[in-house]
Amino acid sequence: MTKSELIARLAARFPQLVVKDAELSVKAILDAMAAKLAAGDRIEIRGFGSFSLNYRPPRIGRNPKTGAKVHVPEKYVPHFKAGKELRERVDFRR
Amino acid sequence: MTLTKADLADVLFEQVGLNKREAKDMVEAFFEEIRAALEEGDSVKLSGFGNFELRQKSERPGRNPKTGEEIPITARRVVTFHASQKLKAQVEQAYARTR
Repeated sequence: MTKSELIARLAARFPQLVVKDAELSVKAILDAMAAKLAAGDRIEIRGFGSFSLNYRPPRIGRNPKTGAKVHVPEKYVPHFKAGKELRERVDFRR
Repeated sequence: MTLTKADLADVLFEQVGLNKREAKDMVEAFFEEIRAALEEGDSVKLSGFGNFELRQKSERPGRNPKTGEEIPITARRVVTFHASQKLKAQVEQAYARTR
């Protein structure tokens, strides 16, 4: 499912809204989530999962083409942990 | 502060102009559509944000951390999330600015 398919499915769920509202809603939700992570905060969606940041310490990397050593600074990377309902629903053992 | 569904509903009320009821329902439906797609075995690709994918895990040996007893971790299907280059860059650049 792509973003445009998600927008179409949401638009079908809300016949009282115009498609543009579903499109703006998806964009607003994703932008708000990205901004929150960029601010260093967590996202916690009950039944879906949580997004947080994981720390990556600085390291010496290598340019794979030239073999030259390059300093890779410390950074944070987004991390997702599925919540209970999502975990149970995607598992085929149910 | 942690972002929750209530905060996202406020965003839709303020930025998109949905009424409070619609905003709450839209946030709920947004996550439900993603859950439903994943449940059907379909991956979810949200360009600019990231991809939710499914992975089949085979059985592996595990241990009860309390008792040390060996118990197999059964085969299962799990969700993984890969942030897009854009989201990774946003997080990295925001952190770099704070230093």
